[in-house]
Amino acid sequence: MTDASNPLLILLVILPLMAAPVCVLMRNAVAAWSLSLVVAWAVLGISIKLLMELNTTPTMYYRIGGWDAPWGIEYVLDPVGGFVILIVAVIGALSMTYAKASIEKEIPSERIYLFYAMMMLCLSGLLGIAITGDAFNLFVFLEISSLSSYVLISLGRDRRALSSAFKYLVMGTIGATFYIIGVGMMYMMTGTLNMADLSTILPTIADTRTIMAALAFLTVGISLKLALFPLHMWLPGAYAFAPSVVTVFLAATATKVSLYVLLRIFYTVFGNVDVFATFPIQPLLMTMALAAMFVASLAAIWQHNIKRMLAYSSVAQIGYMVLGVAIASEAGLTGGILHLFNHALMKGALFMAVGAMVFATGAVTLKDLEGMGRRMPLVMAAFVVGGLSLIGVPLTVGFVSKWVLVSAALDAGMWPLAALILASSLLAIVYVWRVVEVAYLRPVPEGAPAPAQVPLSMLLPMWALALMTLWFGINATLSTDLATQAARNLMGGL
Amino acid sequence: MSDVFPGLLNYWIAIVLMMVGFYIVIAQGNLIKKIVGLNIFQVAVFVFYISMGKVKGGTAPILGEGIDVYSNPLPHFLILTAIVVGVATTSLALALIVRINTSFGTIEEDEILELEHADDAKEETS
Amino acid sequence: MLSAPDAILAAILLPLVGGAGVVLFGERHRNLREAVTLVTGAVLFVIVASLTADIINGARPSLIAYEMMAGLEIKFTVEPLGQIFALVASGLWIVNSIYSIGYMRGNAEKNQTRFYLCFTIAIASSIGIAYAGNMLTLFVFYEALTLSTYPLVTHSGKPEARSGGRVYLGILMATSIGLLFLGLLWTLNIAGTLDFTPGGILAGKAEGPIVGVLLFLYMFGIGKAALMPVHRWLPAAMVAPTPVSALLHAVAVVKAGVFSVVKVLVYIFGLDFLNDATADNWLIYIAGYTIIAASIIALRQDNLKRRLAYSTISQLSYVILAAAILAPISMIGAAMHIAAHAFGKITLFFAAGSIYTAAHKTEVSQLNGIGRRMPWTMTAFAIGALSMIGLPPTAGFVSKWYILSGALETQQMFAVGVIILSTLLNAAYFLPIVYVAFFKAETKVDGHAHVDHGEAPLGVVIALSLTALGTVALFFFPDIPLGLAQSMMAPEIMGAR
Repeated sequence: MTDASNPLLILLVILPLMAAPVCVLMRNAVAAWSLSLVVAWAVLGISIKLLMELNTTPTMYYRIGGWDAPWGIEYVLDPVGGFVILIVAVIGALSMTYAKASIEKEIPSERIYLFYAMMMLCLSGLLGIAITGDAFNLFVFLEISSLSSYVLISLGRDRRALSSAFKYLVMGTIGATFYIIGVGMMYMMTGTLNMADLSTILPTIADTRTIMAALAFLTVGISLKLALFPLHMWLPGAYAFAPSVVTVFLAATATKVSLYVLLRIFYTVFGNVDVFATFPIQPLLMTMALAAMFVASLAAIWQHNIKRMLAYSSVAQIGYMVLGVAIASEAGLTGGILHLFNHALMKGALFMAVGAMVFATGAVTLKDLEGMGRRMPLVMAAFVVGGLSLIGVPLTVGFVSKWVLVSAALDAGMWPLAALILASSLLAIVYVWRVVEVAYLRPVPEGAPAPAQVPLSMLLPMWALALMTLWFGINATLSTDLATQAARNLMGGL
Repeated sequence: MSDVFPGLLNYWIAIVLMMVGFYIVIAQGNLIKKIVGLNIFQVAVFVFYISMGKVKGGTAPILGEGIDVYSNPLPHFLILTAIVVGVATTSLALALIVRINTSFGTIEEDEILELEHADDAKEETS
Repeated sequence: MLSAPDAILAAILLPLVGGAGVVLFGERHRNLREAVTLVTGAVLFVIVASLTADIINGARPSLIAYEMMAGLEIKFTVEPLGQIFALVASGLWIVNSIYSIGYMRGNAEKNQTRFYLCFTIAIASSIGIAYAGNMLTLFVFYEALTLSTYPLVTHSGKPEARSGGRVYLGILMATSIGLLFLGLLWTLNIAGTLDFTPGGILAGKAEGPIVGVLLFLYMFGIGKAALMPVHRWLPAAMVAPTPVSALLHAVAVVKAGVFSVVKVLVYIFGLDFLNDATADNWLIYIAGYTIIAASIIALRQDNLKRRLAYSTISQLSYVILAAAILAPISMIGAAMHIAAHAFGKITLFFAAGSIYTAAHKTEVSQLNGIGRRMPWTMTAFAIGALSMIGLPPTAGFVSKWYILSGALETQQMFAVGVIILSTLLNAAYFLPIVYVAFFKAETKVDGHAHVDHGEAPLGVVIALSLTALGTVALFFFPDIPLGLAQSMMAPEIMGAR
């Protein structure tokens, strides 16, 4: 192996992190947007390059300040991190493109440059989480992304955005604090914060009460950020009232990155311990995941606000991802990671479609969508694509996810689980079809003004995601290969 | 017993503080009080970290003549970061509370919830 | 001439190309748009028919069209049963298009372009189902068929269309995703493959209760086969315009259902395997129950299309019953019945639509004396009815003969009883309609706008005459479907000897 040190890793984080204060200094909406756009696409470029390099060098690192691990902070990129970074970068670039028109409509113009600063911080935080190899550094990035996302959510037009952001702040802070308690306990026992170092020391002390408590704190803390049922209470409000583009960005990335943290803890930090055999964590995760799939889907059925409906659906979909993890086999893990990617695509497309409708007509409730199939055919079609994928109809990514997940459940001999996964997707039919029916089979309300022209800068990202939803549903080789590689790499520690 | 109770006194304090803070966050309806609770909750963790770095008989980790036992500085340094994060969180929360007060006219959780439900209901019927 | 694999691809893609043409011409060039539909139909039929001779002679052209990911292949294989289905669907599409043109224009329906477009997608999906080489491909096209027919069912956009569509989509999607998909993945898990293989893929790999569970998942997962209690979508779908009910809900969609059932029984389970596993008996009883219960419900329906819908449910279970008898000869009957019922039922639906277009009548009780005003329509109706009952000289007689022979050969007395009883019931709900139409005096309804009506538009009459003719022709010349059906069962029949 050649020298795997790669300065691109730090660039990935530094670029948006530096762009944020520059945005603030600019005090100009267009300039801030232009900078953010360039940075977001540059980040995407870098992450694609890194992903390609991962083919030859399975692990890359960058040591900050030249301090060797475990003393210094180390950034590490492996297949699963690369995959997550790709998701964040793709969504980041597309939503930044989408942001300009959408945000001009939803945020007072004098605050727009601040919005971009916060977006950059959030992006930086999420990317940082995915590449850091240091448990405490991860906490810092977690808080960077969280604090900026509280601000982003509170920028929503509705006053409920404020209270939702507050609720998220309280729960998010508790989650993050739980996380550092866990990290502190591990540090107490091992004297290190480096994940790779931790993984070599932990096996000898894995059955001590301190480490058990540490894992419990870590799991609960991350579950809060992940919005795993029943710790999801902050999510529906936050997604429903945040500005459209914020919802797109957070829904497609933030929870995904949190799941990644969970994987890191289970498979890297505790990589040399068989987490599922040593700790009674499997039944717990599985129960929560199943409850999420059913309860949140049922809740989605009763929503009037479309964004809140999709938010509940996100909680349910997080259930699928966690379930994949909880199956605790390579196939299950692959399913979880794959769904992480697939769900980012479909939910991104869905929220973008809703954002476009908000932009054009101000529609937020189911009733506002009457006749939308005729009023905004292109936008609604993208919504339908995303919706079909949520259901798991063939030729969409949702189908591929379910295929892999259900196969994994059957492989593991958990056939009731397989049946439950599919039974819960029946609920998705109901909430998706409620929208489709209203949009296509109800007449356009009389006297409804013609929808405003949606600019291409919003339509193109939306369709890009919708088409990817179809493309990776038809040609799933690339995405499943990446997910399999990531899962194998994670499990390799075992 | 004695090495669990008085022996691990610092942890007991951390736990008690944490529970006090947690309880305030959950039980108090006033948003400011919630944030105070959240602060106490975080401080408990700070105490936990700082006390864990203490080595019996150790001094501050500054190299000097005749000093060979000193406390572990890393947790202290870590908690410096966490304190900064805590301050940021608190100030952001307070800013949010100000905004909530102007738009809802109250900072009592149950009243806000009521107003939110009213908003929801308006949305459904409109 | 196209090579066989090219022909398969062409048959699936051609309707989609036609669909693009339909959209291209749109409402502004209606005649061109309809011409595209007809030409596409004709070319499609020629392509499909060109494969027939080889298939009868034992060729099984196959092609892997696409690999979605490792182990997930879209694969097509033409085998006799699929060929029968493809022939029926593509052949009747031409006739149905002629009928649609008359009907849609006669009733001045809205959104006709969307209508024709969805029709082409539905046909492409049906061909895809017919030629599917593995269960995954079948499933993909099965779902495509459900989705593409939803806009057709809800075409009018009225509240009853909305609720009908809800039931339609709800049941079909719920069964396919909840049960069929699970069965499919489970099969893959056990057998390691999903390819349709003569003799089945489960033999020696599954045993005990799992076979029963799988069978349950398949039989009720294929909601399109309308086995009770998952039959409710079919009456609900009757809110659609009549050409949709005729081609899709008498031919393409429902036949896709029973076709899948037969295909699963023959090529996934394998008859011998099922015979040994003996987990299959309940299927005969469920099918028998469906036949009788649906017939009794049909008796009580006054709405003509609903009566036909329940008749369809009952007739579909004939195919399932025939397959569940698990004798090669009844399997031939099942295959034959797919074709025979298609011709008969489409004729009946055409007649119902014809009555609606000309006289705006929808209820059985309004039909007194209508035979004198619409002799062509009602004659065709009578022929269709005879075929449903299973009397010569109609196609229904041939298929019933084979099914009955199979039942007798295997001593399945329950099946024999069901067939006899249901024949009586069929007669009881069809013959009165024919009787009142021709022999009762017309009841005058004052103020009815369509009191003095004659026959329906020409396109409608031509179409229903053609299918009625086809119903009779299949009795005298059943060679092609019979040849295909025997070719399907050749391995089993050889094995038995």
